[in-house]
Amino acid sequence: MSDIAIRVEQLSKRYRIGQGRSPRYDTLRDRIAGAIAAPLRGLSSAARRANAGSRLGTNGPEDDYLWALREVSLEIKRGEIVGIIGRNGAGKSTLLKILSRISQPTEGFAEIYGRVGSLLEVGTGFHPELTGRENIYLNGALLGMKKAEIGRKLDAIVAFAEIERFIDTPVKFYSSGMYVRLAFAVAAHLEPEILLVDEVLAVGDAAFQKKCLGKMGAVAKEGRTVVFVSHDMTNISVLCPTALLFESGQIALRGMSTTVIEHYLDQRTDGRSEASWELEQAPGDELAKIMGVRVCTQDRVSAHSFALTEPILLVIDYLILRDQVRVNPVFVVKNSMNITVFSTSNFEDPVWGARPSASGHYRAHCLVPAHLLNEGHYVVSALVVHETRLVRASAEEVVGFSVYDNGATRGDYVGEWTGIVRPRCHWSTAELYHEELHVYDP
Amino acid sequence: MSKWRSVPFNRMMVVWSTGLSLLDARPVPPTTAGDHSPDPPLIVITPARGWVSLKLGDLWEYRDLLYFLVWRDVKVRYKQTALGAAWAIMQPVFTMVIFSLFFGKLARIPSEGLPYPIFSYAALLPWQYFAQSVSQSSDSLVGSAALIRKVYFPRLVVPLAGVLAGLVDFAIAFLVLLAMLLYYGIALTPSLLLLPLFLLLAMITALGVGLWLSALNVQYRDVRYIVPFFVQFWLFATPVVYPSSLLSEPWRSFYGLNPMVGVVEGFRWALLGISPPSPMIAASAAVALLLLISGAFYFRRMEQTFADVV
Repeated sequence: MSDIAIRVEQLSKRYRIGQGRSPRYDTLRDRIAGAIAAPLRGLSSAARRANAGSRLGTNGPEDDYLWALREVSLEIKRGEIVGIIGRNGAGKSTLLKILSRISQPTEGFAEIYGRVGSLLEVGTGFHPELTGRENIYLNGALLGMKKAEIGRKLDAIVAFAEIERFIDTPVKFYSSGMYVRLAFAVAAHLEPEILLVDEVLAVGDAAFQKKCLGKMGAVAKEGRTVVFVSHDMTNISVLCPTALLFESGQIALRGMSTTVIEHYLDQRTDGRSEASWELEQAPGDELAKIMGVRVCTQDRVSAHSFALTEPILLVIDYLILRDQVRVNPVFVVKNSMNITVFSTSNFEDPVWGARPSASGHYRAHCLVPAHLLNEGHYVVSALVVHETRLVRASAEEVVGFSVYDNGATRGDYVGEWTGIVRPRCHWSTAELYHEELHVYDP
Repeated sequence: MSKWRSVPFNRMMVVWSTGLSLLDARPVPPTTAGDHSPDPPLIVITPARGWVSLKLGDLWEYRDLLYFLVWRDVKVRYKQTALGAAWAIMQPVFTMVIFSLFFGKLARIPSEGLPYPIFSYAALLPWQYFAQSVSQSSDSLVGSAALIRKVYFPRLVVPLAGVLAGLVDFAIAFLVLLAMLLYYGIALTPSLLLLPLFLLLAMITALGVGLWLSALNVQYRDVRYIVPFFVQFWLFATPVVYPSSLLSEPWRSFYGLNPMVGVVEGFRWALLGISPPSPMIAASAAVALLLLISGAFYFRRMEQTFADVV
């Protein structure tokens, strides 16, 4: 047994996007008209098309083509669970399509050591007129299962999908939840040595998602190889120890999934982690001005993304232009739903809180504790207030950061963790004995 | 280095020879160092260019899928119709009635001494199967676009299922023919035993044409508009409403190149016991095989881009 499951060498895939706005398929008329209008050009372009892809970048105007993958090389070991992240169009799905042999590479090659099951979409090939049972067979055969194999797993599939009562009802009468559950159930019972999954877990209600993730985790524990594309960083970090980051058709980073996710989110966060101004442009009035705002780690390194378990340091530089005024810096943190999650100031600081300050340049640090914010994106506004109420300077939503779940505080729970905040509460549990049962005395 | 070459060629052909071309003589790509896997890969994915092998082993591997696709087509075909499978009978029967009225009664087209209804029905039977299979299979790939973009399976399965599913309708319509034979008191002859051969010829022709048209349809949606016209034209180039004896000799041999001529003449001979098909049946069969083989290779060649284009 070799220890390699998938080997990819210099794999490239080029799509033709020429005549971008026309439909993807030609009509004969276009071809004929083109050939009549310019026979020589038609011939030469046909010849070019015939040996298209023979060399990188040697044919055709480059903007007619899109390299969805560029010389990707990769090795995945047997039993490894690899997450793939990246923006839309970075090449993640193209790689899975090539590995599952749906589309062909333009260059390079891939070798696969084992039976492949790929799940690029849930419920492909379901026919609305057929019953649940019939669709299980059809869909199973599409995924590469044998008839006898499906027959053996039928009961398990039906039970997993929780549709026992409706198994002989045409699926067109199913609710969308039932439909999706059945579709996933069939796919989940595929038993390949190598499983390629593309963003199919984003289906069903929260409870079913949890069940799906659990199933994926179980598959992984059985020593099968899983390649998992997702936009859900939580799923990736919970399921996959290692991850790949794709950027414009190439692997930008490979490593521990937490590191890769952090890197990806760092780039992605829309807000900057630092903002600063020249004196003339600085927000504020004749009394106080904000010179700069920064989001950084506890070690004072600028950063965009933080694990739930990390504290976040907000820093403000401000200028007091008059002597002996009492001003305080304020931070307001909003989430991506534009809800103010919290606001904070140093009013109760024994030294700086209520004290009038001399004119000058000040820097204040505000440490947001770990285990406070739930995962998500946040924007920070900074203010400088005079006598606790008068806003003298305000820099609205000038920096941002994101918080992600590195899986450290969720035990074996894999589903979505709802809530605006994510405090780590103290829990204690004790068993009650019979005589205590009727007494409510915490 | 050597591992890549060490894949036994026959194994690649039979098991999962992905995109490995028979005629592709490209140099073997270099592999990285540190390769210590003694097993050959189960699947090798390379860009395939030019003409590629048919991968019939792969097709065999997916025979269960073929079965379920045929079964789905049959099962779904008459769902939510009031008359259900009766349509399989009504289509050829009503066509036969109309043909008998217009061509038999009004135009008095000769029917080799047989009652015109059974003369035309014996030909309509394979013809309708053929016409239906061609239109089903030529539309099949585009109709399965969602599957083709999301799941791997040998694409040949799709048009093949279209051709096989038509056999059920054929069998139902065949029952009517048996009733008509009884009604007209036509005795069956031993030549009936050859009927499956003629049916096979019709299947081969339908599949050959279906492969060409379905692959073309992916690239050129014109095919969708051409097919009905094309099938109608082909109907008149086939002796369905008239006997082929109406044609004089130099033309008749040329006409024999149409595989459906052999099929229809064969059906009439096997069922109604009239004159056996001319030796041109050999040419018919050769043309049908040529269509099938060229269609299959063309299909496989185009298959490489189906998922990107469809």
